Amino acid sequence: MLDFLDKRVIFVMGKGGVGKSTVATALGIRATLEGKRTIICEVSATENTSRLFRQEEVGYREVELANDLWAISIDPDDSMREYVLLQLKVKAMRDLLFRSRMFTYLAEATPGLNELVTIGKVWELAQLDRKVRHGRKYDLVIVDAPATGHGITFLRTPRTFARIAKVGPMHSQASELDAMITDHSTTGALIVSLPEEMPVNETATLEKELVEDIGVEVERVLVNGVYPDRFESSELPAIESVAGSDRPLARAAGRAALSEVRRARAQREQIERLEGMVSSPISLLPFVFEPELTLSSARMLGEEIA
Amino acid sequence: MTTIEQVLDGRTVCVCAGSGGVGKTTTAAAVALGMAARGLRVCVLTIDPAKRLADSLGLEELGNEATRVDPDLLESNGVECRGELWAMMLDAKQTFDQLVARHAEDEKARERVLNNGIYQQISSALAGSQEYMAMEKLFELHSEGRFDLLVLDTPPSRNALDFLDAPERLTQFIEGRSLQLFIKPTGLAARVAGRGVGVVLAILKKILGFDLLADLSEFFTAFSGMIDGFEDRANRVNALLRDEETTFLIVCGPQAEPIEESVFFHSKLVEAGMNFGAAVVNRVRYRLVEGEVETDRAEREIGEETDDAGLAGKLTLNLAEYELLAERDEENIERLRDRLGGAPLIRIPYLDTDVHDVAGLAEIDRYLFTDETTRESLAT
Repeated sequence: MLDFLDKRVIFVMGKGGVGKSTVATALGIRATLEGKRTIICEVSATENTSRLFRQEEVGYREVELANDLWAISIDPDDSMREYVLLQLKVKAMRDLLFRSRMFTYLAEATPGLNELVTIGKVWELAQLDRKVRHGRKYDLVIVDAPATGHGITFLRTPRTFARIAKVGPMHSQASELDAMITDHSTTGALIVSLPEEMPVNETATLEKELVEDIGVEVERVLVNGVYPDRFESSELPAIESVAGSDRPLARAAGRAALSEVRRARAQREQIERLEGMVSSPISLLPFVFEPELTLSSARMLGEEIA
Repeated sequence: MTTIEQVLDGRTVCVCAGSGGVGKTTTAAAVALGMAARGLRVCVLTIDPAKRLADSLGLEELGNEATRVDPDLLESNGVECRGELWAMMLDAKQTFDQLVARHAEDEKARERVLNNGIYQQISSALAGSQEYMAMEKLFELHSEGRFDLLVLDTPPSRNALDFLDAPERLTQFIEGRSLQLFIKPTGLAARVAGRGVGVVLAILKKILGFDLLADLSEFFTAFSGMIDGFEDRANRVNALLRDEETTFLIVCGPQAEPIEESVFFHSKLVEAGMNFGAAVVNRVRYRLVEGEVETDRAEREIGEETDDAGLAGKLTLNLAEYELLAERDEENIERLRDRLGGAPLIRIPYLDTDVHDVAGLAEIDRYLFTDETTRESLAT
């Protein structure tokens, strides 16, 4: 079994376009195969429009995607409501608050509050003794975190709030969330990267920030889209001669192969560079030669995580 | 048959927008380099915290000031630069601080804002503030008139629309109803201070704690004196974005999701009255074969070029997989093209190596600064 699947919460980090959501899904499938009841959280705190492009709306409900694999799209408004429900036990007080415009405005106006209650919901999902009524127990909560810049800000939010709200329930709640994020026995992070120059640089920066600044444990750096070593270098002269052919198909095949060889070589150089730049273990995920990712490929990717 | 040079003819501002991870920074830098090579004084602005552009241009550090890219560096990479290439890495927090300093009534008001916990959170974390600060800096540079062309690489948000909405969201936040709530004589600020503690406020205090409320009220009170300045500025920034001098490039990748986003973004741009220049699709696998790959015929043809049957098999498989992705790219791109109403679409091929230096940018410029026919023949 993968060592870090024993944790309760895994944040999947990385810049936009590296395939974070794919990895989150793949990891979710892998975890269920290893017997973990798992939930994948999509975080929409700052990315509401991206949801427009989803074909299926998961919504702020825990939905079962497959056997023991669940998903939820965490909505900050709903999380805020839930937070208040948990804080205020007296119904009359809650009703009063929900009806008050002051509360609505304040919830909108306070920067970072969305992120805070979102992480609060992650925390709640990870409780064995769920706070919401009839809550299911999950062994593992996987969070598809916002892209790099926001990702760091996102994880830092509880600490910021704990600092601003010096005392009181918000302070203790925020401190508890920060403690969860930085507890290496329960929480970890994965960084998703690509075998390319800029993503490699950014991964190194992200790892440093996650470890030194946030204090979260980085379990793996997952390199996505790694080309197969399909051709031997001894085959290069033959490929070049095929690429120089007058026959259109042979010529196309030669050119496609040369491009593959050069790309694969460039990727290997980047992976070597990455190995010298990060201290977390690296795991390589193969490039999927499909127009769009299928479920069976997602499962295959999950099994490749080492 | 449009080249990027024609798209930018007569423009002084070029905004590169698109979702994250599609090569926006690289495209912005390549456009700037190409126009500088053609004799303009160009400045490219980026806000990316990962310092991608600095890497691209071989600059160790870009401050919140424009720095000229060493002409020798360009020349040694085979770029003959008749104009000047400048670059600026935007520090959103610093720009926000400068903005506060400019609009604050006095030093005391300025210090109150800068030291406020809520402000510190906003200036570095509020969604939209980075985007807004990018436009603020763009406006400042544009007003100074030092450059013939400004190329703005927008912040790496997951979707391009964030950028367009940013000024509105930020100004709404600062001057909106939430503010009114705080600064009215009977507003929350007054009440937090102690007078007339209502039931709702008592509950809020219970949930949020007094310090958080106090910080919020202090923040809004301090900002109240700056509203007019902010509003005026935001209006002028908005006007610049809609000006004839400004054009938008949509940068994207050929996968279904970025293409869908680009279609959507294009319609929003047009709706908002912005000038759309061109779509630049990066990392396109051009089709190498017309029609479907007939594997038998391919294997036979390849077999006539090499005796190695194993190699022929691998070459055929590799070609089939390449073409599968190329076909997908083509279908997605056609979908975007249909929606652009005849506006230019520039396909940059999936190059064999990563683009992260001047030579790579120059390679991209070969495709940006030429027409479709030449691009096609260069790429295939």
